[in-house]
Amino acid sequence: MLVKFIELIGAVIEKPAIGLGRIMLLFYSVLKIIPHPPYEFRNTIKQMLEIGVNSLPVVIITAVFTGMVLALQSHTGFKRFGAEGLVGSVVALSMTRELGPVLTALIVTGRAGAAMAAELGTMRVTEQIDALETMATNPVKYLIVPRFLAGMCMLPALTVVTNIIGILGGYFVSVMLLDTASKGYIRATWSYLEMQDIYSGLIKAFFFGVAFTIISCYKGFYTKGGAEGVGRATTGAVVYSSMTILISDYFLTAWLFR
Amino acid sequence: MIELRDIHKSFEENYVLRGVDLNVSKGESLVIIGGSGSGKSVLLKHIIGLLRPDKGTVFVNSMDISEFDEEGLSESRKKFGMLFQSSALFDSMNVWENVGFGLKRHTHLSDSEIKETAIMKLKMVGLVDVEDVMPSDLSGGMRKRVGLARAIAMNPRILLYDEPTTGLDPIMADAINNLIIKMREELEVTSVAITHDMRSANKIADTIAMLYNGVIIEQGSPEEIKNTANPVVRQFIEGSAVGPITLEGMVR
Repeated sequence: MLVKFIELIGAVIEKPAIGLGRIMLLFYSVLKIIPHPPYEFRNTIKQMLEIGVNSLPVVIITAVFTGMVLALQSHTGFKRFGAEGLVGSVVALSMTRELGPVLTALIVTGRAGAAMAAELGTMRVTEQIDALETMATNPVKYLIVPRFLAGMCMLPALTVVTNIIGILGGYFVSVMLLDTASKGYIRATWSYLEMQDIYSGLIKAFFFGVAFTIISCYKGFYTKGGAEGVGRATTGAVVYSSMTILISDYFLTAWLFR
Repeated sequence: MIELRDIHKSFEENYVLRGVDLNVSKGESLVIIGGSGSGKSVLLKHIIGLLRPDKGTVFVNSMDISEFDEEGLSESRKKFGMLFQSSALFDSMNVWENVGFGLKRHTHLSDSEIKETAIMKLKMVGLVDVEDVMPSDLSGGMRKRVGLARAIAMNPRILLYDEPTTGLDPIMADAINNLIIKMREELEVTSVAITHDMRSANKIADTIAMLYNGVIIEQGSPEEIKNTANPVVRQFIEGSAVGPITLEGMVR
């Protein structure tokens, strides 16, 4: 009876544990190989364009509407106890500490993480990764490192954009649509905002960047099973990256604001 | 030049290679034949170190590559050129960037010099005016030839072919056969090909070896193989569904 129970635990844990182990091994080999030449400058810049610059339109739209709805919700909610003057602070603190890094990471994962998994997965099932190896090119160095470095750098950068645009969106709704005084809103935005709010959000963004790139590249790199496998890899990349972002968000927040 | 000694390889429950011994001399053209799923691809990947044996040794130029780390394997691979079954062209690059990939990574040639070399290699495989085309816009036969041009771009000593004629029409298949022979004669390379196309095997091989049940059961010249008394080899080269080789999943 007890043996059966232990077997059940083992059966449930085995696959995720193996997956987690393999991801950590990939992470380690990525870190180990970064300092070695040849340095893939061109590929890294290309990935920064793809992950960062090309995500701007969707990130800006997300930021604008998030800031706007945040301002609207806090205004209507706070009005119940006469605290509408604090809307600027709510928007600023929420964006910089939480919504900026998390929403940006989720949007970019859906876009760039899925693309990474699909591209690497397709290369795997068409033997292009094998071909790289036969041409004396380390595929981890050539394919994964540029994406990893680009994700790590671009996610904090995009988060800054989200924070600024989100606060502007909040300003627009509060001042233009809800008749809040402009000076009042701006004062509220700055008065309670601390450096810790901003940099904690950027630290989170950095971790999220590491997480989604490693998970998405892992899923693509080890794809098996043709077109269906690529589809599974892409979905898996987005789902696991998103879960990791949301779960680690709690623990990072607890650690950063201890 | 290449020597495989007692190679064993399993994938989970699938015991694919069960003690393969193989020898390829310099300048020789060896063709490995065998049924689908017999382990031919797996065997080929051991030669270039894409797979490591569970047991046994792989010697290339008298060096045991099964002991090499990534860097050592990288050096060893520069002697090789490999043509994949699906050509495995990099679809984010155009034809000349594909052919010149090795040159870009491992030499200091300029882009224009690489493009020129690529055009020359493409001409050797009978292709002109395709250097700026993307792989997705090429036909199967053209992709194979671009793959071959890429395999010979770095002037390798050893060429590996994974089912070079599979999926091609008979005319294109023979054109590829002729190209393989041309490569051997003009570049003086050692070549190892795997195929189940007997016509191709007989045309391009100095030696044919048959892989069955994880071991090499017969090895000889095309003439010797044609006249074999071994019923398994007979069944394969004659292309008969009836005989000692059973089809996967079928009741005898």
